[in-house]
Amino acid sequence: MNQLTQYYADTLRAAARGGGKVVPRGGGSKDFYGRATVGEILSLADYRGIINYDPTELVLTARAGTPLAEIEALLAEQNQCLAFEPPHFGSGATLGGAVAAGLSGPRRMQTGPLRDFVLGTKIMDGRGDILKFGGEVMKNVAGFDVSRLLAGSLGSFSLILEVSVKVLPRPPYEATLRMAVPEAEALARLNSWGGQPLPLAASAWYDGQLTLRLAGAHAAVDAACSKLGGSRLEADAASAFWNSVREQQDAFFGGGEALWRLAVPTTAAPLSVPGRQFIEWGGGLRWWKSDAPASVIRSAAQAVGGNATLFRGGDRRDERFTPLPLAQLRLHQGLKKAFDPNNVFDASRLYAELA
Amino acid sequence: MNDATSVDSAPGIKEPDFSGIDRAALFAELARVLPADCLLIEHEDIKPYECDGLSAYRELPLAVALPREEAQVAAVLKICRKLGVPVVARGAGTGLSAGALPHKFGVILSLARFNRILKVDPAARLAVVQPGVRNLAISEAAAPFGLYYAPDPSSQIACTIGGNVAENSGGVHCLKYGLTVHNLIALRILTIDGELLELGSRAPDTPGFELLALFTGSEGLLGVVTEVTVKLTPKPQLAQCVLAAFDDVVKAGDAVAKIIAAGIIPAGLEMMDQPATAAVEQFVRAGYPLDAKAILLVEADGTPEEVAEEIAAVRKVLDGAGATEIRVSRDENERLKFWAGRKAAFPAAGRISPDYYCMDGTIPRRRLGEMLEAITQMEHKYGLRCINVFHAGDGNLHPLILFDANKPGELERTEEFGAEILELSVRLGGTITGEHGVGFEKINSMCVQFASPELTMFHRVKQAFDPAGLLNPGKAVPTLHRCAEFGRMHVHHGQLPHPDLPRF
Ligand SMILES: Cc1cc2nc3c(=O)[nH]c(=O)nc-3n(C[C@H](O)[C@H](O)[C@H](O)COP(=O)(O)OP(=O)(O)OC[C@H]3O[C@@H](n4cnc5c(N)ncnc54)[C@H](O)[C@@H]3O)c2cc1C
Repeated sequence: MNQLTQYYADTLRAAARGGGKVVPRGGGSKDFYGRATVGEILSLADYRGIINYDPTELVLTARAGTPLAEIEALLAEQNQCLAFEPPHFGSGATLGGAVAAGLSGPRRMQTGPLRDFVLGTKIMDGRGDILKFGGEVMKNVAGFDVSRLLAGSLGSFSLILEVSVKVLPRPPYEATLRMAVPEAEALARLNSWGGQPLPLAASAWYDGQLTLRLAGAHAAVDAACSKLGGSRLEADAASAFWNSVREQQDAFFGGGEALWRLAVPTTAAPLSVPGRQFIEWGGGLRWWKSDAPASVIRSAAQAVGGNATLFRGGDRRDERFTPLPLAQLRLHQGLKKAFDPNNVFDASRLYAELA
Repeated sequence: MNDATSVDSAPGIKEPDFSGIDRAALFAELARVLPADCLLIEHEDIKPYECDGLSAYRELPLAVALPREEAQVAAVLKICRKLGVPVVARGAGTGLSAGALPHKFGVILSLARFNRILKVDPAARLAVVQPGVRNLAISEAAAPFGLYYAPDPSSQIACTIGGNVAENSGGVHCLKYGLTVHNLIALRILTIDGELLELGSRAPDTPGFELLALFTGSEGLLGVVTEVTVKLTPKPQLAQCVLAAFDDVVKAGDAVAKIIAAGIIPAGLEMMDQPATAAVEQFVRAGYPLDAKAILLVEADGTPEEVAEEIAAVRKVLDGAGATEIRVSRDENERLKFWAGRKAAFPAAGRISPDYYCMDGTIPRRRLGEMLEAITQMEHKYGLRCINVFHAGDGNLHPLILFDANKPGELERTEEFGAEILELSVRLGGTITGEHGVGFEKINSMCVQFASPELTMFHRVKQAFDPAGLLNPGKAVPTLHRCAEFGRMHVHHGQLPHPDLPRF
């Protein structure tokens, strides 16, 4: 592994000398995400392996290139999981890539997003220096929380070498319900249920059908099922459905239009955007398949206090994420410079102005 | 990088010298933007601000600003930026790491008057509050809607949400419900330039870097919080608590691991050692078994069905783990009584000893036995007693060292005792602070936990927010000079960092 990190450092230093750019990559499963990259791919696929896993401490530490599938299989042996259900989007998905992409899956509203589970990291900054932040314990307020800053950073200022994540027991029991409800009514119900002590683990609304996943103690799930109504899906069908949502294999995600990801307050009223819509996260995540101009979609999201990301399709040279206000952009540039003074990491994948 | 193509000089090597500040200019400028009742400069007025909850460290500031409006906060910051004056934000001053300790040549910026709850939105399950609002007041305002703010530091009747954000505070329920960082939705902050920034948003994701998480726990070094949007959680229908006694602390520690291994994440999971139970029992009569070497408190919450299921599972594990006695609270009164002892641990320490010093290291739980054994040896070494309360679920240990500040040398011995516990926490794979922050108190211990490349990076991050280093200088992140003087610099890859720096 030391040879690999030496190679990474040499690559970064050579890029600094030659004015080139470096694009870190895990398994390449999220290559589609963000703007088109500029520079030489630096693969972390070989920097892999689980370093420590202690089920009773609820922590796992692995090298960035470790496949998510390998980690999840090991956790499953102890009846534990990555509760934020990171989408893989391909068999090669790695832990480092998941953290760099910062994406969470269907259970996000019950358990919190990926960044909440990042306890520590080992990184290589743009100088080629190896740094360690956070650690393997749940509670740690020594120093600034650089580890969580890396969640969603898309390789724009550092290489992620190792990550310690908090893991959780798998819920003892699950059930999935389906009911026919129009959009506005579904949103109202989801928000009202969200304010009650119900074991609501995930939700998906599409085309007049609301699907709910409940996860928790057996008795609590059963009680919630009778309270919420609808019809219950078979366990196999349910797990296939939630997997198709997490991995975007559901029929909704097919078709030629661009896929937009709108993160909005859960209470936002139904959005009027031309196209088809799929709602997750209790109303907080609204996917649109649409060929409407970016300005139309961005302003629909902004009008309700949210933001829009051009997730798949469209022109990779355009802005994909919602542009930052000027004061924020300057701070981003300052932080980028702190980690990467020679600007060797390709930050244009996130924002053209950060490059 | 030696062949760096751009200028990359490292900040944070030496502490800047602020002694040349022009006081007259500062007072005049502050008086121009603040009404008379919002600016204190007389000795007797500023004296109450000389320390926070850790009163061993005291310092008088040049002035205390108590603004009422966000625009006044911005104006104060701009003045300090222009004149190069340090600014120390302050909430309720309950901090335990001297984070709000004044700077001798600086201004205390108190947010105490920002005490309004701006909105409770039950449908969106959030509250928008000013930074000086007390932690408990948020839960009280949310209670009519069946909601509450989950993080519950023991100081919750007094501490402010702004202080909680700055420290990333925890409570006895954070194993299941998270720390402050897990319960924040958005922040409004002012930079040292008086510029307003919104971090986070009401949408579940915010574009750009994770600045909300970076800012949380930054101890007033990156900006001043002027508004906080917090997540509200539905109040569980029922909570029940199990009290278990053990004839051996290691057995109690193993029981905790077994509960987690059984797939249970209790709402609360606390441990107290025998001296701690004895101390609180004199004080609150919680009915704790005094012959036990350690007791555990395990709380389950949720629907009645859920609680019954979890309590049964917990009981089974505790039985198997060799508990000598198991009691389950029969009603809310009894549950509160079980907790009363744990929550009174700090005041009880203050009762049985003239002074006490609370440590805050976190360790991997499996190392608990080693840690407690080492603490016992340190009690002999330093000739001081120590009682231990432990957020066992997440490994956060609060040894309370008992001492008498009036006896010459005791405070110094206590500090050394504390520092040794923290060094051991790092060696056991943990950290020097789980929830109280580094502040001024643990600034030297940071040299043990981090090597100079990490410390330098912290200074660079601060520089991106606060280029002149005016926000809470001398706290949280030590300069490399300080670490060299302290002499216990972390040795990185077998090499002394910055060999060019003089060592004292
Ligand atoms: C008896 C007792 C029990 C305690 N129990 C716990 C516990 O269970 N868990 C726990 O985590 N802590 C606990 N604490 C510690 C303390 O209460 C917390 O750290 C709390 O968050 C401090 O809040 P405060 O308003 O008093 O902040 P202060 O002490 O005034 O300030 C703390 C830090 O925050 C900064 N700050 C304050 N307001 C702002 C702002 N608006 N913007 C930017 N920076 C700001 C200050 O500069 C300082 O660095 C306890 C303290 C006591 C005395």
